[in-house]
Amino acid sequence: MVTRADSANMQVGISKTLSPARRAQNTAAMVLIGLGTLIVLLPLFLILKDLFIKGFSSLNLQFFTQSQSEITFLGSGGGFLNAIVGSVMMLAVALVIGVIVGIGTAIFLTEYREHKLVPSVRLMGDVLTGMPAIVVGLVVYGLVVRGLGFGYSGIAGGLSLGLIMIPVIVRATEEVLKLVPQTLREAGLALGLPRWKVIMSIVLPTARSGIITGVILAVARVSGEAAPLIFTAFGNSFLTWDPTQKMSGLPLAVYRSAFEPSEAAVARAWSGALVLVLAILVASLVARFAARKR
Amino acid sequence: MNTDRPIRLQTENVGVFYGSKDAVRNVNVSFRSNTVNALIGPSGCGKTTFLRAINRMHELTPNTRVTGKILLDGQDVYGSDVDPVDVRRRIGMVFQKPNPFPTMSIYDNVVAGLRLAGEKNKVKLDQTVERSLRGAALWDEVKDRLRAVGSSLSGGQQQRLCIARALAVEPEILLMDEPTSALDPQSTQRIEDLMESLKQQTTIIIVTHNMQQASRVSDTTSFFLVGDLVEHGATEAVFQTPKDERTEAYITGRFG
Repeated sequence: MVTRADSANMQVGISKTLSPARRAQNTAAMVLIGLGTLIVLLPLFLILKDLFIKGFSSLNLQFFTQSQSEITFLGSGGGFLNAIVGSVMMLAVALVIGVIVGIGTAIFLTEYREHKLVPSVRLMGDVLTGMPAIVVGLVVYGLVVRGLGFGYSGIAGGLSLGLIMIPVIVRATEEVLKLVPQTLREAGLALGLPRWKVIMSIVLPTARSGIITGVILAVARVSGEAAPLIFTAFGNSFLTWDPTQKMSGLPLAVYRSAFEPSEAAVARAWSGALVLVLAILVASLVARFAARKR
Repeated sequence: MNTDRPIRLQTENVGVFYGSKDAVRNVNVSFRSNTVNALIGPSGCGKTTFLRAINRMHELTPNTRVTGKILLDGQDVYGSDVDPVDVRRRIGMVFQKPNPFPTMSIYDNVVAGLRLAGEKNKVKLDQTVERSLRGAALWDEVKDRLRAVGSSLSGGQQQRLCIARALAVEPEILLMDEPTSALDPQSTQRIEDLMESLKQQTTIIIVTHNMQQASRVSDTTSFFLVGDLVEHGATEAVFQTPKDERTEAYITGRFG
C-alpha cells in the first residue's frame, strides 16, 4: 500500500535524481520568471503608491461639491465637480454611440457572416482599434467642431470617446456572440421566426451578461482619455450640464491642473487622478461581477 | 403502408451541394399525411443533409445549394414567391441535442414561436402551453413549475420540451434529427411512445442511427448511402424483404 508519506518521498526521490546541471537551469529559469513578474508589477505598485499617498492627502468634500471656477485667487478652495459632471455627460454620449454602433456592428459581423461587406467592415474595425486617440480627436475636430460648426462641446467630446469605444465593444460582443450555440439560432428559425427576431429575442438575451461586461470595460478604457478631449470638449472650469457647451473631463482637468504653477492645483490633479483610477477600478469590478453571474 | 392517406410532402430530384461537392443526389420520395417516416443510413450518407433541405435550414450555411423540388401540399417550398419563414412555420424541427432557450422559462420556451410572432392573447397562450406540453407528454411533470428555466429539466425532459415548443406552432410536418441520440434508454422510450400519438396531429420525418428505433416507430423507411436514396418503402418491407442488396447488408449489420 502506498501512503501519502510514501508518495511524497517518491516525489522527492524524483527531484533528487535530477542532475545538478538541470537543477541549476531550473533555478535560473525560476529566478528569471520571478524577475519578469516583478518588473511588471513594480511600476504599477509605485504608481498606485504615489497616487494614493498624494491623492488622498488633498481629497476633501469640496473636491466633489465645487468646480474649478470656484478656486480662489490664492489657489485654494474649489474642486473638480465641473470635470466629474463633464466626464459623466461625455461618457453617457459615448455610451449611446458606442453601444448602438458597436453592438450593431458586432451583430452584422457574426450573424450575417455570409455578407460580402463583412471582411471590409472587420478590417476597418481593426484599423480603428489601432487608431491613436489623439487622431480620433483631431478627426472629430475637423469634421464636427469645425466642419459642421458645432464648436467645442460635450457632444463632440463624447463623440470622440464613442469612436474609441466602438472597436472595443465590437471585439468583446463578437466574442460573446460566437459563444452562443448555433443550435439556438436554428431552433429559433425552425419555429418560423424571422432572422432579426431570433437575434433580438434569443441570441442577444443569451449573450447579455457578456455584452454588458464588454461595454463596461470599454467605458473604463475611454474614461481615462485626455487627448481626444483637447480638440473636442476643450475644457471648462465652470459647471455645466449642457453638452452643447464646452466641457471639462476628469483626465483633461488632471492634465491641465498638473501643469499649473500652484501647489494646490497640482494636489487637486493628484486627487483627480485617484478618483479616476478608483472609478475605473469600481467599474471593472462591476464588470467582473456581471460576468460571473450566469 | 397507409396508401389511403394523402401525400403531404413530395420531393422531385432533390440534390444538395456543399460548394461543388454533392452531398445528396436525385432524391425522389413522398411522405403521406399522419405517418412516421424514418431516414436511415450510415454516418455521412446525407440523411440529415436531406432532412435540413426540407425546411430550408441550409440557407444559413454559406455555399450550400439545393436543387430540385420539395413540394409541401403540392407547393414548392423553394418557389421564388415562398418565404422561408413561412416554410419553417409549417415544417417544425427537433434537433439532435435538446436546445431549450436558456434565458426563457418552460412556459416561455413553449410559446416562443407564437409570442415572438406577435400573439399576445394570454388565454390562447395558456391553452397552447397546456396542449403542447400534453402533446409532448411533459405536462404532468412540469405543470407546477412552468416558470422555472427550461434548462433546469433533465435531458429527456428538455427534449420533450423542445418537441412541445415545435408543436406549439402546429406544424404540418415535424422533422426530427436523431432526437434520442443524446438521451438515455428510458427517455428514448418515452419519445418513441410519443411519436405514435404525435402522428395523429402531424407528419413526422425522423433521422435515426438506430435501426431498431426505425423499425419500432416508423411506417416507412428510406435508406440512404453516400448521398443516394437506395431504397424507400413500408418499414416492414424494407426490413424484412429489402429489394436492394446494399440495404440488406446494412440492416443485417454487415457494414455501417
